[in-house]
Amino acid sequence: MLQRIRAAPPRYWLVVIAVLFFAGFPTVISSFQAAQWANALILVIAIMGLNILVGYSGQLSLGHGAFMALGAYTSAILAHRYKMDYLLTVPIAGLLTGLVGFLFGVPALRLSALYLALATFALAVVTPSLIKRPVALTNGVNGIILLPPDPPQFAKDAFSAVTGTVMTSEQWTYYVTFAWALLLFWLAWNLVRHRSGRAMRALRDGEVAAAASGVNIAGYKMLAFGISALYAGIAGSLFGMSSGFVSPDSFPVGLSIQLLVGAVIGGLASIPGPLAGGIFAYFLPIESNQWVPAQTWIPTQIASTVEKAGPAVTYGAILILIMIFAPNGIVGLVTSGYERLRRRLRGAADRETGQAPPDPQTV
Amino acid sequence: MRQIGPRFAAIAAIFVTLAACGGSAAPTVATDVGISSTEILLGNTNALSGPAAAYGTISNASNAYYTYVNGQGGINGRKITYKILDDGYVPANTVTLTKQLVEQDKVFAIFGGLGTQDQTSVRDYMNAQKVPQIFVYTGATTWGLDYSKYSYTIGWIPSYQAESHLYAQDILKNHASAQIGVLYQNDDYGQDYLKGLKDGLGSSASLIKDSESYDVTAASVGSQVATLKAKGVDTLFLFSTPKFTVQALVAVSKLNWDSVNIYVNSVSNPKTTIGAAKTAGAALKNVTSVAYLKDPTDPQWANDAGMKLYKTIIANCSTCDANNGFNISGVAAAWTLVDVLKKAGSNLTRRNVMDIAATQLSETDNPFVLPGVVVKTSSTDHFPISQMQEETWNGAGWTLQGTLIDTRGTIK
Repeated sequence: MLQRIRAAPPRYWLVVIAVLFFAGFPTVISSFQAAQWANALILVIAIMGLNILVGYSGQLSLGHGAFMALGAYTSAILAHRYKMDYLLTVPIAGLLTGLVGFLFGVPALRLSALYLALATFALAVVTPSLIKRPVALTNGVNGIILLPPDPPQFAKDAFSAVTGTVMTSEQWTYYVTFAWALLLFWLAWNLVRHRSGRAMRALRDGEVAAAASGVNIAGYKMLAFGISALYAGIAGSLFGMSSGFVSPDSFPVGLSIQLLVGAVIGGLASIPGPLAGGIFAYFLPIESNQWVPAQTWIPTQIASTVEKAGPAVTYGAILILIMIFAPNGIVGLVTSGYERLRRRLRGAADRETGQAPPDPQTV
Repeated sequence: MRQIGPRFAAIAAIFVTLAACGGSAAPTVATDVGISSTEILLGNTNALSGPAAAYGTISNASNAYYTYVNGQGGINGRKITYKILDDGYVPANTVTLTKQLVEQDKVFAIFGGLGTQDQTSVRDYMNAQKVPQIFVYTGATTWGLDYSKYSYTIGWIPSYQAESHLYAQDILKNHASAQIGVLYQNDDYGQDYLKGLKDGLGSSASLIKDSESYDVTAASVGSQVATLKAKGVDTLFLFSTPKFTVQALVAVSKLNWDSVNIYVNSVSNPKTTIGAAKTAGAALKNVTSVAYLKDPTDPQWANDAGMKLYKTIIANCSTCDANNGFNISGVAAAWTLVDVLKKAGSNLTRRNVMDIAATQLSETDNPFVLPGVVVKTSSTDHFPISQMQEETWNGAGWTLQGTLIDTRGTIK
């Protein structure tokens, strides 16, 4: 056992550090910041789902905001109208959304690339309007206001033992979200490393070749859609819990785009990618919106123009920069930087011993 | 909310004991979160971007008045800091930003929060936290009507239903055979106006031939206007936000429908908005609305002391257009708030400020409202402004018609 721990590659240590960091984080930041980070983690979950679909299976979706809406409304309606415990509604919302996503995979099979993007985009566009129609069920445009969750006693006790303060509903929401994120990341990690993950990647890299190798194309496409919708549904359900309010306009087309942007910024087809992407996609618009007007060195005319144009301008500018300088996302940037550093260090060591460096391709 | 830690409680207990032993404690000033000896911290959410971005300037105009008041020495030595955040007219953003203002920035109150849907989405939260949601910039009737249930929320601008009642009376008196068509925003805001119109018409509600709605996320209202025309409507009500009002006014002219009588609601009628429609090709014949503020573009106020004061104040805001009617409303509401804070004097607690604003207002000297308009609340009436005057578009600006009409007590 000890031997195995000692032999573990550095990335396992990174995982341990990340988990400890996210577990301890809310004890040092304010309750409000914990709520913000809970929202960021919710995006992370949704982006992880999208990553399975886009990054690993090569199917483009511009409509994952719609799956989040379905998850959020499933939970909200169950909790609000049928007085169910909100925590119980989260897996139900996930499974229902997953099922819908699985069925959505059927028509998606017949569409490829751009056409699939358009079909999912249409889904994102009509969803807010669809939600508004059955007023008796969804409360129409007014949305559903949910009560903030009350932390259970064991969580309160544990939290006050560590920090000496009473746990707020925001902090409880954070830990619930964190637990779900851990579970779903572990699932995704297992999925992509095993049979199904290999099949999905084969599908992405060449449908004909994959079919020739005996991969069930239709089955795996539907599976990818279903799993990614399940992630989005759980994220949506948690979103309802954290914001305490769901309305049709909480799930605009922009949300679906934000998810895709997050997936690309973080780094497609990687497990830590969605984590970085989700945090960026959540905080970038907020910070870019509040940062520009606060800068005294930016002339007021420019600042006020930016303010009028909304966060979109700075957000867009930063996105363009990221795409120029880190085309493979944050994870791609970090890995290539790490590789370069390692090669340089190894090169230095090798020069001293007089040995030629091994070809990195064979490592 | 953090609970008071045991150590803090112990210290507090010692102080209480000391104070009790001392016999005569110095006269203390009752304050609350967001109040220091030099500052009163207020928050605000508004649509600085998005489909209702035309309203964004209101918050900046209010801030111009606070800058002016601070320049005069503030309120009993305290300067007002006004933190404005952009919610893009999306309720989900309002929820997050309001929590940020209350929990992170620790504001004393949120003043002038804009948007019916947006402010409704945080009303439960604000009342649970007991933070004043004071003088919201929306005229939904619920603010005044449900004060007993939500005693930390109060509006300022006239109730939408009251405004609709005024239009209904005008219809019954002058156009008794009108064929009414309504274009309304599909949310609490538009529905409140529509309800007011139906109630106001009473037994003649059948005059409404058709009502078409649009979603605030929609791109255009052209097809709704065309539908209304096709249904044979001759009197068109626009219960919409500025962007859509402009679109509808332009669509009317594009359809060669200039014979229609148009009623434009008060929250999208500044000359800046109507002027934008004119520039875009709207003919603007037979357009009616209501006013309760002095219109900065109306020549009759050119030498008015209140208007001169407004021009001085608005010069504090570099991005504000002095001629925009939304700005004078932002300044006027801020004036009322400063009045309330002054009246609260040394008892600057959230509850006391709410009590004064919602039950004890009697402001006869607000220099920016039409002469005769009293900003008033009582223990039974929580609609600060209830007097309005009809106005018609004369081709270049608004002309006031008739006299002030008081709707106080008509909304129940």
